[in-house]
Amino acid sequence: MIMAGLLRQAPRITLALLTVPVLAGLAGTVIPAFANDAKGIQALLQWPGLPRAAGISLVTGLGSAALSLAITLLPVASLWGTRAFAAVQHLLAPLLSVPHAAAALGLAFLIAPSGWIARVLSPWATGWTQPPDLLLLNDPFGLALTLGLVAKEVPFLFLMALAALPQTDAARRMQVAQSLGAGRVASFAVSVLPSLYRQLRLPFYAVLAYSMTAVEMAMILGPTRPYTLSAQVVIWMADPQLTGRATAAAGALVQVGLVLGALGLWHLAERLAKSALIGLAHRGMRGQGADGPANVIAALLGGLIGGGLVFGLAGLALWSFAGLWSFPDAVPASLNLNTWTRAAPDLAQTATLTLGIAALATLLALALVLACLEAEHRFDLVPGAGALWVLYLPLLVPQVAFLPGVQVAALRAGMAGHWLAVAAAHLVFVLPYLFLSLAPAYRAWDRRIAVAGAALGATPARVFWHLRLPMLLRPVLTASAVGLAVSVGQYLPTLLVGGGRVETLTTEAVALASGGNRRLIGAYALLQMLLPALGFACALLLPAWAFRHRRGMAVAA
Amino acid sequence: MSGPLHLQDLRVTRDGQPIVALNLTVGPGEVLTIMGPSGAGKSTALAAILGTLAPAFRLSGHIVLAGRDITALPPHLRRVGLLFQDDVLFPHLSVGGNLAFALPPDIKGRAARTARIAAALQAADLSGFADCDPATLSGGQRARVALLRTLLAAPCALLLDEPFSRLDADLRAQVRGFVLDRIRREGLPAILVTHDAEDARAAAGRVVTPLGLPLAP
Repeated sequence: MIMAGLLRQAPRITLALLTVPVLAGLAGTVIPAFANDAKGIQALLQWPGLPRAAGISLVTGLGSAALSLAITLLPVASLWGTRAFAAVQHLLAPLLSVPHAAAALGLAFLIAPSGWIARVLSPWATGWTQPPDLLLLNDPFGLALTLGLVAKEVPFLFLMALAALPQTDAARRMQVAQSLGAGRVASFAVSVLPSLYRQLRLPFYAVLAYSMTAVEMAMILGPTRPYTLSAQVVIWMADPQLTGRATAAAGALVQVGLVLGALGLWHLAERLAKSALIGLAHRGMRGQGADGPANVIAALLGGLIGGGLVFGLAGLALWSFAGLWSFPDAVPASLNLNTWTRAAPDLAQTATLTLGIAALATLLALALVLACLEAEHRFDLVPGAGALWVLYLPLLVPQVAFLPGVQVAALRAGMAGHWLAVAAAHLVFVLPYLFLSLAPAYRAWDRRIAVAGAALGATPARVFWHLRLPMLLRPVLTASAVGLAVSVGQYLPTLLVGGGRVETLTTEAVALASGGNRRLIGAYALLQMLLPALGFACALLLPAWAFRHRRGMAVAA
Repeated sequence: MSGPLHLQDLRVTRDGQPIVALNLTVGPGEVLTIMGPSGAGKSTALAAILGTLAPAFRLSGHIVLAGRDITALPPHLRRVGLLFQDDVLFPHLSVGGNLAFALPPDIKGRAARTARIAAALQAADLSGFADCDPATLSGGQRARVALLRTLLAAPCALLLDEPFSRLDADLRAQVRGFVLDRIRREGLPAILVTHDAEDARAAAGRVVTPLGLPLAP
């Protein structure tokens, strides 16, 4: 009875766990900006870099988010239902599990003046025998940053699009539109896109907010004079003087305003696009000529993104094993294990802590998500639209705008710097992703199984533990792997709530990034990438092994 | 523990519209048939007796089974067995595992439970199938396992939700004979929901609509 009461409250408890830290953290972060006659705001306004930092935030954020959306939708439009599309699907989970920092470092190794691309082209094509003095990384226009953000956000948006597609009746709508003489892309735009976009809107807003405010990517790939606003806020935050904190608070406030402004701008663009689309449909646009170019662009962009990520990560791996590797050699002169053996004690300790934090945050999140979904099932609860917004709240509010407040609260509670506090902070980010990943499969489960179980005399608890949970083993493990990957990749929550004393693979990799030790960076980034990959491997292999004699449990092709 | 199933002024309404209105008794070994076009409330009648009505429905009256008023009980305490249109075997369990799930916990000891399951399988011409994957069984075999599973839970009444409609014509008569025969032998009151007149004739009992109007069999 107590358990049943607790289960019924699970959705409320979970929503509170998401809203309270974010809103209280936001208040705690922003209020210091107004303290002492708003000294923080004055200091911020006197900072000459403000317009440029804010501008870069806005441009790279909007640019990379819009580009990500386009790159997500194009292959869906031109390839959906084809064999190539199925192949792309299988690449998604591994790409999605790559932490932002690892992706950024990999990309940096690829495009830097002394990076792999320059090496492969030198000296025969470029004539360079020394790394050129070009600002390819950290370019003042944020191009490298945009590229990195796009590479990381496309897999996420793509996954969300895949989850939403079945609910849009895409196959039949496309068939009808095409039978009326419209090309594939035009059919998609007119018949599927409107309902698909409605479901992609929140994930997209999260991508937009994240792209504008990402800290670790901006520190590795973004401009440095000035930094992006969010990176600068974190730098001020680390300032031992109290004035730094006030300025940081003012910066966070501006950052929130910028995100709101960008969301407003985007909302306007949504309306324009809507009326444009209706206009095109009215004019009976067939757009058959659009298919060929769209296919080419989709393939090119997809290849560029996928290739950039894969080669970047391969470069990281190669560096960690490299002996002598001088410019412009395309490959190292020799390979050895020196880096790994030398760093092994540190790596093992850091990896263990990273995994411990991730495991705890994921287990807690999994328990909460399962309780929410089971409560929804047992008590016939219908989650409102508001619940979805709350779920996205930690992804929509800029991290720099609420984590400092959380840090102060953790300090007051004497919890800052403890790994448990870091795990609790990670929970806020792990929970939404885990929920989004598990909910579709959980809700799609055949309810007749539960009725059959009850008719056989099984209590709801027995149905849950013996029927539902084992039958959903695959999605549960996949969602857990997503949760693990999210936790491993967290930078700012670890840095702030950990107070610099909790060092995970991610914070270490980012800290090393400003130094020049590519071999060590490679080792940390590789391990940072390996942990989530192992999680996904388990999610794939464990159910396959457990149900090897159960044809009815095979993955639907 | 067997006895009649009384539906005493059982009424189900939705938005004030009556969907089910039954006032009758099904005796042990009798098979009552509820017939009607799809959407007429046949499934609602079964859900009412099972205890799985959606909150949008309103129920009045009483369901008394073997002397117990089960109207307010949760589904798992009602001892009402159910056969679906499909077999709805649990895909992650073996045939034996499916049957063991249904076997009441008061049959204790691994050996006793295994023996009980083996005996049930043997009585249904399915000896040696305990370790099989249900997905590898034929349609007729799956239907028989589903019935065995339902009976092993020792229900006091049986509900049949168009359990033969998905089977091929020749298999259909065979499975139907098997099921109806077992119901009569166990002396269970049963309610069959169908839109097939041949099923109703084979059940050889009264035929009514969900609103309780008698139909010629």
